[in-house]
Amino acid sequence: MALLDVSNLSIHFGGVKAVQNVSFSIDAGIVYSVIGPNGAGKTTLFNLITGVYTPTAGEIRLDGESIGGKSPNELARRGVARTFQNLQICMNMSARENVMVGAHLRLDRNLVKAALRFPALKSRDRELQTEAAELMAFVGLEKYVEARADSMPYGALKRLEIARALAMKPRLIFLDEPAAGLNPKETIEVDHLVRKIADFGVTVVLVEHDMKMVMNLSDRILVLDYGKKLAEGSGAEVRKNPDVIAAYLGAHA
Amino acid sequence: MHKNAYFGLSIVVAILAVLPFLLPNSFYMDLAIRMAINAVIVLGLNLLIGFAGQISLGHAGFLGIGAYATAVLPTHFGWHPLLAMGAGAAVTGALAALVARPIFKLKGHYLAMATLGLGIILNIAIRNEATWTGGPDGMPVPAMGLLGFELTSDKHWYWVVAILLAVSVWASLNLIDSPFGRALRALHGSEVASQVVGVDVVRYKVAIFVLSAVFASLMGSVTAHYVGFVTPNLADFFHSIELVTMVVIGGMASVYGSLVGAVLLTALPQALATFEGWETVAFGTILMLCMIFLPKGLVPTLAARFGKGE
Repeated sequence: MALLDVSNLSIHFGGVKAVQNVSFSIDAGIVYSVIGPNGAGKTTLFNLITGVYTPTAGEIRLDGESIGGKSPNELARRGVARTFQNLQICMNMSARENVMVGAHLRLDRNLVKAALRFPALKSRDRELQTEAAELMAFVGLEKYVEARADSMPYGALKRLEIARALAMKPRLIFLDEPAAGLNPKETIEVDHLVRKIADFGVTVVLVEHDMKMVMNLSDRILVLDYGKKLAEGSGAEVRKNPDVIAAYLGAHA
Repeated sequence: MHKNAYFGLSIVVAILAVLPFLLPNSFYMDLAIRMAINAVIVLGLNLLIGFAGQISLGHAGFLGIGAYATAVLPTHFGWHPLLAMGAGAAVTGALAALVARPIFKLKGHYLAMATLGLGIILNIAIRNEATWTGGPDGMPVPAMGLLGFELTSDKHWYWVVAILLAVSVWASLNLIDSPFGRALRALHGSEVASQVVGVDVVRYKVAIFVLSAVFASLMGSVTAHYVGFVTPNLADFFHSIELVTMVVIGGMASVYGSLVGAVLLTALPQALATFEGWETVAFGTILMLCMIFLPKGLVPTLAARFGKGE
């Protein structure tokens, strides 16, 4: 059985049908990419699956369990992590704390114990500080461990989001344009990073415009256009698909 | 940064310990006690406003519940003062939770409006239920006694509120730097990001709202006992605004800022009394200058200027 099963998923905002009747399934352990021209509905699809939006119709199943309409924090409990295309970093916190927040569900979150500084909580927090520093090193941010989030450059913040998502120890991670706005060198680094994450057995769902990266990384690719599924298959299959070529280069190309 | 934070606590404790021996007379002693009471309330309110990024314009209403529970229950029903204080806090907590849950499911400025309304309703209730509360004239409060020992002198009260303040600072510092506190700050920084890592945003907002309301209620009870008299002014809108101003002037999301804000705004009206009739103008001018030149509040702005980070 597939890890994630999406069938006939749709969402309408008023008259705009942002995602229409999209079906696909993702096996555990693969890198699955979603591509398509701007406005094709890629981020909307992410928002639907990660609980930010509630679908108008259709079904989303994670490990067989229906998760459509569940809130993001309920999905987090089930091991679904994500990053954002437009950065969602907590600028009022340090870089390391941003990563530590990712471990929220793995910690004792009791208010009274926290206020009274229970030793067990403090020692767990110290462990977590080390863990967070290691994760930051894993994504290549070792020199920002002591930095404030609001003092970090854009490219570093993109990776900080990935580190925060990894702190959840997720089964499934959604990366929304992790290379957007990065220079070619940084893009290659993110490419390697995504590969490393997949090698740890985390299923990766990727939205990305950098086609070299997508073709390089993906086991399977879903192509969206105007909210509809245009094609699905391996990189080679998708590249040869006439509909995909038409959508990207214009109908008469 | 964290070592720094607890270093500040030791300074606070040191100041609290020597202060009563330096104060020349009971006027200053009274001022110090009121500063400390306000500081505890503002600490709680800053957790809500500064750290979690939510607003309350009705905290004086919660303070009023505590104060009047302490006045009414022992006077009319013969309850023990501590029991009355606990009952006030429990009612406040329940009311805050009841109001907060539906509001926090909405986005936007509903909380400001709802807390504003709630505060005004509570104030009107206190003014109108004259049979129980003495109405606009207020009512006297029986002394706080425990095990045959009556808390009456300023000195005793000073030590009580000083200990309450020190413990509150310590607990606030602990809370901020814990999984619970990080979740609060994270939902302030980015609500959607905190949700996708598993923070139940509504639950956390409700929890901190209730906590700060209960803080206010308990300190309302303490105020009532200390002053020995309660009036509806304790629970009015202007007092709510004054508390929010203390948070903002001292510094949002700053524990020590809360203390500085409470101390300054408690002292300022006294210091300005010599202006006779112009004190409100002077007060307003000082607040405006603060906001223009120290927009993040006193403590965070000064800390940044002297390069100490947070």
